[in-house]
Amino acid sequence: MNVAAPLPNLSAKKLGPKDYASDQEVRWCPGCGDYAILKAVEKTLADIQAVPENTVFVSGIGCAARFPYYIASYGFHGIHGRAPAIATGIKLANPELDVWVVCGDGDALSIGGNHLLHALRRNVDLQILLFNNEIYGLTKGQYSPTSRQGTRSPSTPNGSIELPVSAVAFALGSGARFVARSVDTQQKHLPGVLKRAHAYRGAAFVEIFQNCIVYNDGVFDDFTDRKVAPDAQVHVEHGTPLIFGKARDKGLRLASGGLALEVVQLGENGVTEADVLVHDETNRALAVMLAAMAPPTHPMALGVLYCQPAPSFERQMAEGVASAVKKAAEAGSQGDLNALLRSGHTWRVEE
Amino acid sequence: MEGAAALERGRSARQELDSAVVRFAGDSGDGMQLTGGCFTMETALEGNDLATYPDFPAEIRAPAGTTFGVSAYQINFGATGIKTAGDMVDVLVAMNPAALKVNLADVRGGGLIIADTGAFTEKNLQRAGCDDNPLDDGTLANFRVITVDMSQRTLDAVKSAGLSKREALRCKNMWALGLAYWLFERRRKTTVDWLEQKFASRPELAAANVAALNAGHAFGETSEMTGLLGAFTVRTAEIAPGLYRNVNGTEAMSWGLVAGAALAELPLVFCSYPITPASGILHTLAGLKAYGVTTFQAEDEIAAVCAAIGASYAGALGVTSSSGPGMSLKTEGLDLAISTELPLVVINTQRAGPSTGMPTKTEQADLLQAVYGRHGDSALVVLAARSPADCFEAAIDATRLAIKYMTPVVLLSDNYIANASEPWNLPDVDKMARFPARFREDPKDFHPFERDPATLARPWAVPGTPGLEHRIGGLERDAVSGNISYDPSNHQRMTEWRAAKIAGIAKDIPAQTIDQGPDGGPMVVVGWGSTYGPISRAVGNLLSEGVQVSHVHLRHIWPLPRNLGELLGGFERVLVPEMNMGQLVKLLRSELLVPAEGLNKVSGKPFMIAEIEAAVRDRLED
Repeated sequence: MNVAAPLPNLSAKKLGPKDYASDQEVRWCPGCGDYAILKAVEKTLADIQAVPENTVFVSGIGCAARFPYYIASYGFHGIHGRAPAIATGIKLANPELDVWVVCGDGDALSIGGNHLLHALRRNVDLQILLFNNEIYGLTKGQYSPTSRQGTRSPSTPNGSIELPVSAVAFALGSGARFVARSVDTQQKHLPGVLKRAHAYRGAAFVEIFQNCIVYNDGVFDDFTDRKVAPDAQVHVEHGTPLIFGKARDKGLRLASGGLALEVVQLGENGVTEADVLVHDETNRALAVMLAAMAPPTHPMALGVLYCQPAPSFERQMAEGVASAVKKAAEAGSQGDLNALLRSGHTWRVEE
Repeated sequence: MEGAAALERGRSARQELDSAVVRFAGDSGDGMQLTGGCFTMETALEGNDLATYPDFPAEIRAPAGTTFGVSAYQINFGATGIKTAGDMVDVLVAMNPAALKVNLADVRGGGLIIADTGAFTEKNLQRAGCDDNPLDDGTLANFRVITVDMSQRTLDAVKSAGLSKREALRCKNMWALGLAYWLFERRRKTTVDWLEQKFASRPELAAANVAALNAGHAFGETSEMTGLLGAFTVRTAEIAPGLYRNVNGTEAMSWGLVAGAALAELPLVFCSYPITPASGILHTLAGLKAYGVTTFQAEDEIAAVCAAIGASYAGALGVTSSSGPGMSLKTEGLDLAISTELPLVVINTQRAGPSTGMPTKTEQADLLQAVYGRHGDSALVVLAARSPADCFEAAIDATRLAIKYMTPVVLLSDNYIANASEPWNLPDVDKMARFPARFREDPKDFHPFERDPATLARPWAVPGTPGLEHRIGGLERDAVSGNISYDPSNHQRMTEWRAAKIAGIAKDIPAQTIDQGPDGGPMVVVGWGSTYGPISRAVGNLLSEGVQVSHVHLRHIWPLPRNLGELLGGFERVLVPEMNMGQLVKLLRSELLVPAEGLNKVSGKPFMIAEIEAAVRDRLED
């Protein structure tokens, strides 16, 4: 009941991707992955015929957080890490608005980790796009909470010693009911994932691997480089076997004797397609295992890892208020403030 | 014959008082708040003016019998002009040794102490840290003391109800209440009705409590006959006609927010994170969904303010509330609201700081934080409520200003105001001035930061409005289009406009008046917030004694009332009592160049009337 059709655009004119671009000059570094994501979002908005006046983009601070300025909808560029909280307030005030949250890895998983956790577990109806470039860009290149161990940066000249957080594992652990992943440059894949996120009526979390050309260029090459991508990525689709590889000859199956996924070569050792796991996006345990995979031992899982709808927070809140108001109206006391003030013991002092 | 004479003497012995202060003190589990609440209601019905203050422990379930588990409820009542819960206690009802120990210092010399000897056991004395029994070691030599085994008398009185001993003993607060009723000639009817209603499903408990209440009352009558106990008559007040209720600051604040939103014709979205002593507002509003109120318990203070900002952005009245440490966390959000120029109401129920400080004790030490405590040049509006009932109007004022000027408004309350209660002459909300919020709807010539020339407020254009799509944020923006701008002259202009918008509100708020006293002379006492009660009484007392002194009390802390400098200029000295180390006094000195001097108290307890009287006299004699 909470997966709904996109909001209809009631105006006569069909809007194209360019119609969703604002008049503001885009100011990311040339070659930044954010350009590609912006393009994919504009395409998505056109595909769903998003109604500009009902659409709100909310962001925190960081390179990614400039995003709302570039979309011809309502936009709120907030403060570092707090976008999910601002967006929650927006949805509480008006559940009809279509709210997108754009954040970076530092924004969402460091300073704003708490807000992300709670927006996800509450299932606030938001599309939360996390642009993960594994680095702090705007502050000039410090390591981020998703940076791999050993990342050399101005604040870790000898390499970072911290273990990185996995965005999708964090989301699943937080109780997110929709978790997906894509890559900035995959212009066919990304809009599809964004459309699914939009259709989900709740907190839809999408991690987008985004290349920072200045401070962390090529950090995702181990699975995004054209040469290795087909063998280093598995595009998951509900009801479809988890098969990948340039020759579609690799698959994922449960390792015998353990709760782990293993890569198998189809046609070798008697392995057939029938041995390969079929993706079930409603299976949280599978999603957790897919989220944990990474090269070089496993492919990076992209697509909708998990989707298990539940009622959204703001709808339940609004229904609670509406039913209380209705009950009061039926009792004839709707909005009667004088009655509220006079509830309990009162006494009259006569002239 | 002798009996009749004694009765006669007893009656004539009822001492007539202008006012009296009674404190019920016992263990957290003794039901003292409830006892005090009942006494308050009967007292209001008798026609006394009154003020109350509860003092409960910070611990949720402190060990029984310990000093840190003592819970007390104080009521001051009498003829008109009861504005504080009272300086010194006239009658202390002590339900155990710890209660006596903790509260004794506040009892007036010669005051009456009623103690339950049944609770002064070896074990309880030990728990309270008493080496000797204070009831018979001379500690109470300067007081009148009635010792009575309330515990046993309660057990005797409720015997027929067939309760367990534990349940029966829990009725002893009603026994104490019954005695207090007799002592001050209160009726029992409302309490009996209330008990019967409260325990409707357990009639035996209702009967036992009523029996205990009556037994305590009867004990008074009997002791009067034996001359054991003198009783009092307290003069009733000249109270303005009207319909009254007793209200505490938490309730009045919550209802004021609901009323403010209704008068603005906006839905209320209240976002808060639990913190003592502010949480009561969240609890109260959570029960008011029927008034269209949405309450959101956020994950932290920052999320609370940010969600309130988001709600305002989307066209609701966003409100957040907290206390000192939580306010510190919210300050980044306040700057965002200042910068994006969105309406926001922020309630700070101040408590004793710094840091965790004394969360259940009162203080007024967040004034400078409210006025100045942010990064950047970032003015907002600061108001202060002066009494429990006043919170209602203060909250409405805060709402009106936030919407009209598209600004955050910090409304200062404190622990005292939140928990204290007073009778409230109920306003007719239907007759209050409405101030409907106006959203921008016309796309023609729409510029997100183009200001209204009169108020300097920008238009409120909410998402969902066709043709007004625009972007706002914390980055400095062009003074008209709202697009990001790093232009030097634009930042200069925007900073000046933001300040001018807030400063200009001085034109829209009432000119400051003198609460009491002449409009010039040797001294004016200037207060803000919950010091209203003690200052008002102190100045009233001094005036009636012929001392030349006046009282000015501020609702508006920022901007200050436009005529305040001129008003204070008529006095030789300006004395500023505050429950902090001197904050308003700094503001007045720096803004108005008046030679204000401080009177500071930071004990976690409100000012006593006598302290302010003494300070005024001392300084006038300097």
